[in-house]
Amino acid sequence: MVAPLNEAHELMLDGNAAAGILYEIFGEEMTASPIECGGCGREGELGSLLAFAPAPGLVLRCPACEQVILRIVQTPDHVYLDARGAVHLRLARQAA
Amino acid sequence: MLNRALEWQIASVSAIQAETARTKTFTLSLPAWVRHLPGQHYDLRLTAEDGYQAQRSYSIASEPERPGQVDLTVERLPDGEVSGYLHDVLVPGDRLEVRGPIGGYFVWEVSRGGPLLLVAGGSGVVPLMSMLRHRMAVGSSVPARLLYSSRTPEDVIYADELKSLQEGGDGLEVIHTFTRSQPAGWTGYTRRIDAAMLKEISTPLGGKTQVFICGPTLLVEGAADGLVAAGLAPGSIKTERFGPSGGSA
Repeated sequence: MVAPLNEAHELMLDGNAAAGILYEIFGEEMTASPIECGGCGREGELGSLLAFAPAPGLVLRCPACEQVILRIVQTPDHVYLDARGAVHLRLARQAA
Repeated sequence: MLNRALEWQIASVSAIQAETARTKTFTLSLPAWVRHLPGQHYDLRLTAEDGYQAQRSYSIASEPERPGQVDLTVERLPDGEVSGYLHDVLVPGDRLEVRGPIGGYFVWEVSRGGPLLLVAGGSGVVPLMSMLRHRMAVGSSVPARLLYSSRTPEDVIYADELKSLQEGGDGLEVIHTFTRSQPAGWTGYTRRIDAAMLKEISTPLGGKTQVFICGPTLLVEGAADGLVAAGLAPGSIKTERFGPSGGSA
């Protein structure tokens, strides 16, 4: 599964820690939405990703292959979302 | 779930209660209270006079069946910028900037059924306590087990309440393991959570068990691996890691 624990892993959180900023970006609760990893094809909820918060910004990695899936960087005026590590993100339509 | 704006609001501190030497529960009254799902958290933001802001996420400890209020139980971390302020400076009547409830992954409510296996390390018990209090509040008898690892008996958060919840006889069992020191005459577990312990605890609940694990990364990963080895489906196991930053976003 995950590589041997090192210092970075000690500081690791999970996708739940990104719930607030993801809500800000998408305007709704996102941690139960599935995302597919561009590295290994694992599909799992955003909440199940590994989060590295002490980095400059927030980095979400695949728990299976550790590829970076999302990067989120905030400045006073903007939020940058780099999603190139994902194949897709699936959002449920709101029930009518 | 209703789509709503996630906005910061000013909560007032109604009560502060010491739980253990290192944890306190803060009861917040919220002008724009929204019913939460057990397992969700609030973001909390402190702003210094010079505009510097520090933000952390804290799990909700209380059940959702208490309109207008939430309890956040916070562990004081060494050099904790935010937890230190909450523990040492904050008094009832003070105001705090919060937004929530947040999170949709690490959540459980009675309508999702069971059996339920909760695995906690240290203050990882907090979001699991919200699930147990909710289970109690709605009179559910969904079979549930809490495996709770603490260093010493003095480190157990909600010790008395867990005891009385278990004695309620509604199908909840609380299993402690004390890794550093044990009460006199203790015959239970005295080691860190391991695969053999997880097998003993999970087997009686059956293969359809929903699992929630919360604690430090090492405990979370070990417990998740152990439960998969014990035969539970990886998709039935949800984890939340407690980082030293208390979570930030």
